[in-house]
Amino acid sequence: MSEIAATDALPKPKRDIAPLLLPAVLALLMIPLIGSASSWVTLTVASLAMGMMIFIMASGLTLVFGLMDVLNFGHGAFIAVGAYVATVVLLPLASWAQADSLLTNLAVLLPAALLSMGVTGALGLVVERVLVLPVYGQHLKQILMTTGGLIVAEQTLYALFGPQIIPLPLPTALRGSFIIGDVAISKYRLLAMLVGFAIFVAIELVLNRTKIGLLIRAGVENREMVEALGYRIRRLFLGVFMTGSALAGLGGVMWGLYREQVHASIGDELTVLVFIVVIIGGLGSITGCFIGAILVAMVANYGGFLVPKLALVSNILLMVAVLMWRPRGLYAVTSR
Amino acid sequence: MSALLKLTGVETYIGRYHILQGVDFEVPEGQTTMLLGRNGAGKTTTLRTIMGLWQAKAGTISLAGEAIEKLSTPDIAQRGVGYVPESMAVFSDLTVKENLVLAARNGPLDDAQLAWIFGFFPALKKFWLSRAGSLSGGQKQMLSIARAIVEPRKLLLIDEPTKGLAPAIVMSLIECLKEIKRRGATILLVEQNFHAARELGDQVLVMDNGTIVHRGAMAALAADVPMQERLLGLSLEAHQ
Repeated sequence: MSEIAATDALPKPKRDIAPLLLPAVLALLMIPLIGSASSWVTLTVASLAMGMMIFIMASGLTLVFGLMDVLNFGHGAFIAVGAYVATVVLLPLASWAQADSLLTNLAVLLPAALLSMGVTGALGLVVERVLVLPVYGQHLKQILMTTGGLIVAEQTLYALFGPQIIPLPLPTALRGSFIIGDVAISKYRLLAMLVGFAIFVAIELVLNRTKIGLLIRAGVENREMVEALGYRIRRLFLGVFMTGSALAGLGGVMWGLYREQVHASIGDELTVLVFIVVIIGGLGSITGCFIGAILVAMVANYGGFLVPKLALVSNILLMVAVLMWRPRGLYAVTSR
Repeated sequence: MSALLKLTGVETYIGRYHILQGVDFEVPEGQTTMLLGRNGAGKTTTLRTIMGLWQAKAGTISLAGEAIEKLSTPDIAQRGVGYVPESMAVFSDLTVKENLVLAARNGPLDDAQLAWIFGFFPALKKFWLSRAGSLSGGQKQMLSIARAIVEPRKLLLIDEPTKGLAPAIVMSLIECLKEIKRRGATILLVEQNFHAARELGDQVLVMDNGTIVHRGAMAALAADVPMQERLLGLSLEAHQ
């Protein structure tokens, strides 16, 4: 690699930090409205944990959407399948999951999460080849095909596991909270925050420090030109699709454990939320997706606490507000 | 001089529109062939069809004797075809360096090649770590061309590089293209600026309504003003 000095480079363009500050500003504004410091901390931690889980589920979708202009309404199927795969592993090994040893808990939890990611990644391969490949560039058909795929996946889960809600208890080591003064911080929420943040950092590093990442960023902006440089963007897209599916699977595992239950329509319920996050963040933007997920979770938690009746529409209102401010999302990457 | 690129009876449709209606021409190796014509004549479509961005419905395209009309765009690029589109299409979110790293498909950037590029595009060295989106139009054009020549290519397809640029920048760009030409590059260059075409071209092709209506030496067309008026609708002002 050439080491060309860049001492006289242009002044770097100002980093657009307004969206980055939004969650902090929103959290600070809530202090006087919520009143109690301990409630505020609990709600904020809950928002960050929920936001990280939504980010994990949405990160793949934003790249798929931005990179190949594919409307994958079946993304929720990967979330549901991921949650069920973990259930299939964790329930028979309940004695390990409920043992008093952290190591024993992790010995069953980690393989369950990895298996979920493997299965959903492989499912992503099949979905891309069978459902998405024939309808590239045709939005209406993409919606029909992927929605159909979601319904088939959901009904298959009903047929295999029944319509009932299946309990998925948290492993013992992840139950309970750390108590700091008057504030209780749930161990699992802390873990969710750490995992989500680690995935965000990992994706940012891949996107900014590797050639594959450069290709993905360039492809989101102009995939035709990437092909004209000699790269097979379809192959790259398949990799992104599979990774996004695997991350959705991991998000499903984490969401299932967070709610301590799974049911066949878990993915269906989360699809709308995930799409709102992708649109708020700006198609193809990982940073936007990260901020968008935190905002959505904050609005849901703070809104649910302060004005419970608004909880159902709070995310739509948030999306409208963001799009009125920035019509292409917080960080516009594509021209769409 | 043998033909590096040969098009025979190429027809291209965009939707229902029949744009290229049997295009035949050859691009000799080591020469610069100008593709001229009025707006809408089919020049950009010709380059995009060669690049595989639009598929030819009929006819053959051969590069160094190999048929490429059925190949995908990445396959054509991998056979040594560099493409500079009319829109420049630099990746604005990436830095100048990242744009060039991406264009160097076969390995790390070559220092000697970079030094050669910086020799005639010094702005790219100056703005090495700046986002391409923050460059001026002329600098973006330089980056777009640099991307196409950062590795040795058999053939360069360049679409209206001087379009929309200030006269001083056009002059500097012409000098750059002359330097690329001196290195023996084979270039197919679409251009509306007749002055640039006259400066750069060895051969000339003129298109109208999706077919080639004239082919010959650039010098001969440059010397024949009535022919220019007939083929290109150029007035005397175009030469000033």
